[in-house]
Amino acid sequence: MSDWRPSASVAQLQQRAQLLGVARAFFAERSVFEVQTPVLAEHTVTEPDVQSIEVPGFGYLQTSPEYQIKRLLAAGAPSCYQLGPAFRFGEQGRLHNPEFTMLEWYRLDFDHLQLMHEVAELVDRLLGAKPYQHVSHIDLVGPAAGRPRDELDLAFAEACERLSPGRFFITDYPADQAALARLNADGATAARFELVVDGVELANGYWELMDPAEHRERFARDNDSRRQRDLPEVASDNAFLEALEAGLPNCAGVAVGFDRLVMLALGADGLDQVLTFRGQ
Amino acid sequence: MATYSTNEFRSGMKVMLDGDPCNILENEFVKPGKGQAFNRVKMRNLMNGRVWERTFKSGESIEAADVIDSDMEYLYNDGEFWHFMKTDDSYEQVAAGAAAVAECQNWLKEQDVYQVTLWNDDPIAVTPPNFVELEVTDTDPGLKGDTANGGTKPATLSTGATIKGVPLFINIGDVLKVDTRTGEYVSRAKT
Repeated sequence: MSDWRPSASVAQLQQRAQLLGVARAFFAERSVFEVQTPVLAEHTVTEPDVQSIEVPGFGYLQTSPEYQIKRLLAAGAPSCYQLGPAFRFGEQGRLHNPEFTMLEWYRLDFDHLQLMHEVAELVDRLLGAKPYQHVSHIDLVGPAAGRPRDELDLAFAEACERLSPGRFFITDYPADQAALARLNADGATAARFELVVDGVELANGYWELMDPAEHRERFARDNDSRRQRDLPEVASDNAFLEALEAGLPNCAGVAVGFDRLVMLALGADGLDQVLTFRGQ
Repeated sequence: MATYSTNEFRSGMKVMLDGDPCNILENEFVKPGKGQAFNRVKMRNLMNGRVWERTFKSGESIEAADVIDSDMEYLYNDGEFWHFMKTDDSYEQVAAGAAAVAECQNWLKEQDVYQVTLWNDDPIAVTPPNFVELEVTDTDPGLKGDTANGGTKPATLSTGATIKGVPLFINIGDVLKVDTRTGEYVSRAKT
């Protein structure tokens, strides 16, 4: 029998449409404007644990609009957001799909604490208001020093699953997990946060790193790690680095897995029930 | 020997773990946004029936188990082994030990067809069909007129199994349809 029917019901898709409208209204109220950067672009991220889908002759399906939105910000764009598809190779499961919807926004002159506050306001709008607890990375999984990265990643994933029920901001990531966040004044932790709602990892945000030299170092470290793990190296996105040289304004940014947010809003237990057609 | 990578794992796949063949029940993809990917796998050890949960790094491979399920007719028990014959006209026979038939013993009737799980051609498990029909060898006398409502009683079947929930009108010699998954009475078999 052919499997032509959508994985979500029509009623669920209508609820999803309504939530998309609520999210867009939330940003319109705050004069955060919507941008659409290319989904298919020449370069992609260097991060060793994010694999891109390559489109030969064209580049890569974007894993996030981060680099391109930062180029817009460097070119003088004010606070803005993108709500659209992002792609990750090899991610498939109850809470993963190779194509998913990412809501990513950047706020000029915000730090990560102000942005966390705004993330909570958006989540309250979509899921109903509830209290938020804060837990530091070290309190969640223990000291990271000296532990192999894979063990730490699994401990983190399992600890997040246990953060249920409730809404939890995880803060103060170890410096080597800063990704593109700046470091805190202590030099040991990063101005990075994640939001976990009912055990589901929902958002990841930074007070953005501005220093181009530090960016280059982090890209090089990513590629070192890729070589060690026999993963393909990824060329640095020079347009992105040049934009940083020109000057990224002081800002904070966050990416939210919008499908997971819809899933929680609908009380669904997997992405199946919020996606039209499930990727294979 | 064939191997399977975690991204090929599907429920029903047979793999080797710690030297025992296992049947994959569930495979959950676990990955923090910025972290490495894992597969949390639930599998049933086919030798002892226990359910194991293991976490693998995504991309890891494990050995496939040479396990096949084969429809076979139950022939006889020689006191030590239970003998089955393939139903594909090959007349090929296998002898299953007590451990393999353990969960099925209550439902074994000669000439009925069972699913025999073979690991490297050795029978390791015998699964009965969901419903079997067996004769009552002992039960309290039936009560005339009590056909629909009212109480129930236990009954002993030809295999030695005792089932509960049998209606009072059932007599010795009646053939009953039994659900092997629950061990419960379903109906009187049409004769």
